[in-house]
Amino acid sequence: MSVKPGSLGGESGVGEELGVGQDTAFRGDRTDEQALTGATSSPRPSRRGLLAALAILALLVLAPLLGLPSWLVFLFTVAFAKGLVVLGVVLLLRGDLVSFGHGLYYAIGAYAAGLALRAGFPLRDAFPLAVLGALAGAVLASIVGLFLARYRGIFFGMLSTAFSMILYSLLLKLYWLTGGTDGIAVRISSTLGLQPPADLIRLTQYYFVLALVVGSVYLAYRVAASPLGYLMRGINDNEIRVEYMGASVRRAIYRTYVLSGALGGLGGALTAITVGHIAPDLAYWTASGEFVFIALLGGSGSVFAPFVGAGVFELVRNYAQKASPYTWQMLLGSVLLVIILFAPGGLWSVFERLVGRRPTGSAGGPEKRPAKERRWALSSKR
Amino acid sequence: MDQIAIVVLNGIVFASYLFLVSAGLTFIYGVMRILNTAHGSIYGLGAYMGAWLIVRLWPGGSGALPPWTSFLVLLLAGVFIGLVVGPLMERLFIRRVVDRGEVISLILTFALFLILDDVMKLIWGVDPLLADMPYSMLGSIPLAGITYPIYPFLLTIVAGLAALVMWAIINRTRFGKLVTAVIADREISSALGINVPRIYSFAFTLGAILAAVGGAFIAPMSSVVPGISIEVIILSFAVTTIGGLGSVGGAAIGAIMIGLLRAGAVQYVPELDLFVIYALMTLILLIKPRGLFGGVEARRI
Amino acid sequence: MGVVLEALNVVRHFGAVKAADNVSVQLQEGQTVGIVGPNGSGKTTFVNIVTGYVKPTAGQVRFREQDITGLEPREVTNLGIARSFQIPQLYTSLTILENMLIALSIRSRQHWGFWGPLKSADRVGEATQLLARFGFADGIDQRVSTLPEGGRKLLDVALSFALGPKLLLLDEPTSGVSVDDKFGVMDTLMEAMKRSEITAVFIEHDMDIVARYADRVLVFAEGSILADGDPDSVFANPAVRTHVLGEGV
Repeated sequence: MSVKPGSLGGESGVGEELGVGQDTAFRGDRTDEQALTGATSSPRPSRRGLLAALAILALLVLAPLLGLPSWLVFLFTVAFAKGLVVLGVVLLLRGDLVSFGHGLYYAIGAYAAGLALRAGFPLRDAFPLAVLGALAGAVLASIVGLFLARYRGIFFGMLSTAFSMILYSLLLKLYWLTGGTDGIAVRISSTLGLQPPADLIRLTQYYFVLALVVGSVYLAYRVAASPLGYLMRGINDNEIRVEYMGASVRRAIYRTYVLSGALGGLGGALTAITVGHIAPDLAYWTASGEFVFIALLGGSGSVFAPFVGAGVFELVRNYAQKASPYTWQMLLGSVLLVIILFAPGGLWSVFERLVGRRPTGSAGGPEKRPAKERRWALSSKR
Repeated sequence: MDQIAIVVLNGIVFASYLFLVSAGLTFIYGVMRILNTAHGSIYGLGAYMGAWLIVRLWPGGSGALPPWTSFLVLLLAGVFIGLVVGPLMERLFIRRVVDRGEVISLILTFALFLILDDVMKLIWGVDPLLADMPYSMLGSIPLAGITYPIYPFLLTIVAGLAALVMWAIINRTRFGKLVTAVIADREISSALGINVPRIYSFAFTLGAILAAVGGAFIAPMSSVVPGISIEVIILSFAVTTIGGLGSVGGAAIGAIMIGLLRAGAVQYVPELDLFVIYALMTLILLIKPRGLFGGVEARRI
Repeated sequence: MGVVLEALNVVRHFGAVKAADNVSVQLQEGQTVGIVGPNGSGKTTFVNIVTGYVKPTAGQVRFREQDITGLEPREVTNLGIARSFQIPQLYTSLTILENMLIALSIRSRQHWGFWGPLKSADRVGEATQLLARFGFADGIDQRVSTLPEGGRKLLDVALSFALGPKLLLLDEPTSGVSVDDKFGVMDTLMEAMKRSEITAVFIEHDMDIVARYADRVLVFAEGSILADGDPDSVFANPAVRTHVLGEGV
């Protein structure tokens, strides 16, 4: 049973209406979700933007060598790995889909790496394990996506959560396979063939993850500028038009979803390798919620945003948890409230406003017509 | 035979717990189209309030008031939390996102959940709060070959009463009729002069009271700890999804299904006791996304 | 010149309303057909049924000998039927150029590409040319949301045209367009279509437009075709005059 958007045509009311928008249960209010999920006006960065990105990259590369403390290097490594998962979430966000179950891929990538190592996988290097994680994510997404691509809105969210909780329940209870709540230790032998001395391991992993992040960002940037990327934005704006141009909305969503799952799996494997330990919590609904939170924090206006969001999130969490352990969630929640109520484009749109560019996620984005008006506008019931 | 009896008993008890938590969630969704992630937090607040009052009034298990009044105390604790937190939450936050779509409200209420989780820690600390006096007071009886505690049946009675009260409110009161109208079509209700915002407020508060009362009555069954809300939230989502968002009757059926399924798993395939719940949730979403009793929504023009 | 579209006893009910009441018609290739009729007479329903958005309760739709009844809009479009909408359906957060580029990428079945850019030189060139034919010269890098109603209509039509269909169904292409511009819009459209062998069907309320551009006119009333013929004879038909033109008895 597929839940098609715009499938109201068949059951619709009188005469000459062309689909009165979508069934509210599945779509909700497009305009505000668009404000939250709106994509960039042009994925091709301006000259200035490119230079800025390169400057930040240089900073990231040099910082550890210039005295960034080891624990911060570790923190950013984990943050960037998570950022990959968030990038996956953002890719879907641009198609107006919020995945509340990306913990599924985060966990499958991590456990693919961890279980493989434990089962005697011959390649004990970080790189093949990372690839394994991405593959595991892609394969799982290609199966789950078959079902999920038929859904929208809250049902997409709920179903994605359900899938992730299924994995969680298996990871938790199949003790003999997964180590249950104790989890599994993850010990790699080398990174890209290198076997650095103990005090340089963190540094090596940092650069390794950074390299993969740069590669993924580049991939995401090309996808965003590609026909598929624009098609996803078209879907965000008007699914009916996409179908009436002869393209399958479901297939576009499916393909993006598989890519998103691969990124999630990659992020999970990298986390496993970096942290050295995995546990079922990776698949719990709160982990998925965290990814959505970071996606909104960074905003979906740029391919860099997920990493900015992840970096800020981990940094703040680190300090806040130490300063006041019983209020850092409150801080998170308040920030999220502020974002939803006042800055739907996230940090990135704030940055754009400061830099003078028209913010892409919110005010400068899709027209803000209230839901009712929009629904009326689509019907010309006379 | 005994085994089956145990499964049924456990199932009904678990179902009662699930229903108390989910009824409010699904009702609020039905009226306002808001999926309140923080619903589990209200439940947690009720649990903490109830447990705290019990411990204050009967320190060490004994106190000035007669023990049976503890049930009244629990009820009052729940109602109090519902009456305070409900309107506050609705007026300050929920109201702002009512028109912005279900995903937005899900995320916003997730933020509220985060905040309330810490609020509970700040108020009651992180040590487990054990208020088992009402539980131990009721003792246990031999049943199906084992000694079965009596308190869980109280829970079932409370759940049953809650279902009855909800039914009565929806079907036998003027408020209920107004709510039904709003559920069917909000815009026409508004056009007919129904004060929709006020209905929203009442409905939300009613749902909150249900959750808080549920939490209060479950508190004596095990210690109340921070994070008690987290598991409840996802379980209540599962129940409401299965039963059908918006249907209180569906929540009851969903609760019973999950309760029995889980009890059966615990008895026969303990490794899968969590799995069956989420597998059922997934299955229903795939086959009948609106849930068993979701029904076709009235079309909005 | 063959039959490009055929409707056979198409019936569609919406509750008690007969939106399509046993509609049968044959459209010849290369014709320009105008569809007129009062509100609620089933014109848009007809287009919805032909393009698969609405499934008929009974009857058949054939496109160039192929039975297309029950196909999805996407499949119908890929077979060579494109439509424009009463309310323009555009990608509102994207630019005019980007809207056209997407249409072209889908037409050339390259819309799944995820590595090469959408804005390749070839594609941009083709899009710019096509947009120019419809009167979009400067400002194609503006967002669609900045376009006035007439511009949106025209873009909607242009997008449908860009798909390279054999049959083009236009739902009120000039409604919302200012009186001064209407003929300009239609001229542009006809000019663009003249160079291809497209069969065009347009729903219109403006009888002057219909009289001027249509070879053949279908008059809808209460879900069925009341009259079918060249504009002069149809407009002289007394039944048409009463029902559609509103002239008193």
